[in-house]
Amino acid sequence: MDSKEIEEKIKAEAIRQHTVSVDPNAPGKGSTTINMTDGVLIPKKGEKHVFTSWRLTFFGALILSAVLIIFFPDPYRQIFLTCLRGAPVTFEVTIFSIIGAVIIGTFTGLGSVSKRRWINMICGVYVELIRGIPLLVQLIFIYYAVGSFFHVEGMMAAIFALSVCFGAYMGEIVRAGIQAIPKGQMEAAIALGMSRSQAFRYIILPQTVKVILPAIGNEFISMLKDSSLVSVLALEDILRCGRMYISRTFLSLETMLVVALIYLIITLVLSRLVGLLEERLHKNG
Amino acid sequence: MAKIEIQNLSKDFTTPNGVLHAVKNASLTVNDGEVVVIIGPSGSGKSTMLRCVNGLEKPTSGHILIDGVDTTAPSTDIRKIREDVGMVFQSFNLFPHLTVLDNITLAPIKVRKMDRKSAEELAMKLLKRVGLEEKAEVHPPQLSGGQQQRVAIARALAMNPKAMLFDEPTSALDPEMIKEVLDVMLSLAKDGMTMLLVTHEMGFARAAADKVVFMDKGEIIETGTPEKMFTNPESERTQDFLNHIL
Repeated sequence: MDSKEIEEKIKAEAIRQHTVSVDPNAPGKGSTTINMTDGVLIPKKGEKHVFTSWRLTFFGALILSAVLIIFFPDPYRQIFLTCLRGAPVTFEVTIFSIIGAVIIGTFTGLGSVSKRRWINMICGVYVELIRGIPLLVQLIFIYYAVGSFFHVEGMMAAIFALSVCFGAYMGEIVRAGIQAIPKGQMEAAIALGMSRSQAFRYIILPQTVKVILPAIGNEFISMLKDSSLVSVLALEDILRCGRMYISRTFLSLETMLVVALIYLIITLVLSRLVGLLEERLHKNG
Repeated sequence: MAKIEIQNLSKDFTTPNGVLHAVKNASLTVNDGEVVVIIGPSGSGKSTMLRCVNGLEKPTSGHILIDGVDTTAPSTDIRKIREDVGMVFQSFNLFPHLTVLDNITLAPIKVRKMDRKSAEELAMKLLKRVGLEEKAEVHPPQLSGGQQQRVAIARALAMNPKAMLFDEPTSALDPEMIKEVLDVMLSLAKDGMTMLLVTHEMGFARAAADKVVFMDKGEIIETGTPEKMFTNPESERTQDFLNHIL
């Protein structure tokens, strides 16, 4: 192994540790997949250990919920109904924010691979800035910052803040996805007389989408969990509904148990869906 | 058809271990309708020189003229040059997310602004020429290497190029598929296409080349007709190389 090879290995390793990694299980032929950090916990057929753990947790959570509701209807039935009232808000915030994050991430990712240095710089600074500040701090900051210029309601501010924050991570996913496409694809497009932007539009991005789809699913799950932070912005999501219930009844432990169970069940269902999506992509790819 | 003139071309790469002189002061002319084959050991700068012709690599110094137009001049739009110079790669580089037909029609539609119907007619004609008209709706990963390379040739021909560059077109192929690709290339040569190739197929060089160029360590060592190069090379390095591979 000569020094150049070693250097490339080290570089690849550094990138891998930087939250984004190329899935080692992906078959080598053109269907590279990118996984974010908790991607290994996505249950897929064939990964028996993860799949069994997933099943155990999922059915455990379901059975526990059922037992609580059936055998201890007072107060659990009431708690469940109250907390679930926050679910639409949680989903609304998550879905709109992930759309915003994908849009911001696409531009950031393209900017990071741009040939113009100043665009690289802007995108790099944005990513570093966002990654360096806790999400809760960003949320509250953006809420007040935006609020002091415009009159916006909590929902808009929350979606904006979550989009800006996750857009940075999404940008890194898009960048890694673009870089996972073999160099020859760009060269072939350029050799045919296409401009770089045409090559991106018709050749690189359509292939990138397929590579990063599972990673986006992953981000969606993270986003759903992190959306609980918006409860500080006077948004009535699942967590806030629970906390309001506690302030009325002082049933802290019981209520938080239910809140945790609801998040857990939603997250586990979504994980399985992302796993199925990945399996389908591998089969077709 | 076109004339390619490479004049005093040099290309350096900056690597962590210093500057690598990939091509050193190379000059070469491919006349209209000529087939020129570049041979030489790996790492001798053959591919780099080829890639300079359509600007995939930017020359460090020297000039490349295509039909008298200097491609290295800042005023030249290199994209216009690329439209007229087809290229075939060692690793095919077909677009895996598009069907064979769309692979071929994409550039004529987007770059040449051809309408879809005539582009598809053209594509079918070219697919017939390379013997793959029944594969139009298939995606490239389902084709064999030889079939993929023939599609890649059809894709390059769809831009109606004045000249074609081939960068080791058969090196990634299993032996039994090499012939089907070489046959297509031979028929192109017979039709008078200007071709500049990097290849290890000495049989092809003998059969089709007007000129054979031997490169080593970035320099053009010797140029001559195939008969002369294969039977009676002047330089010792050429002799050595040919003894090793023949």
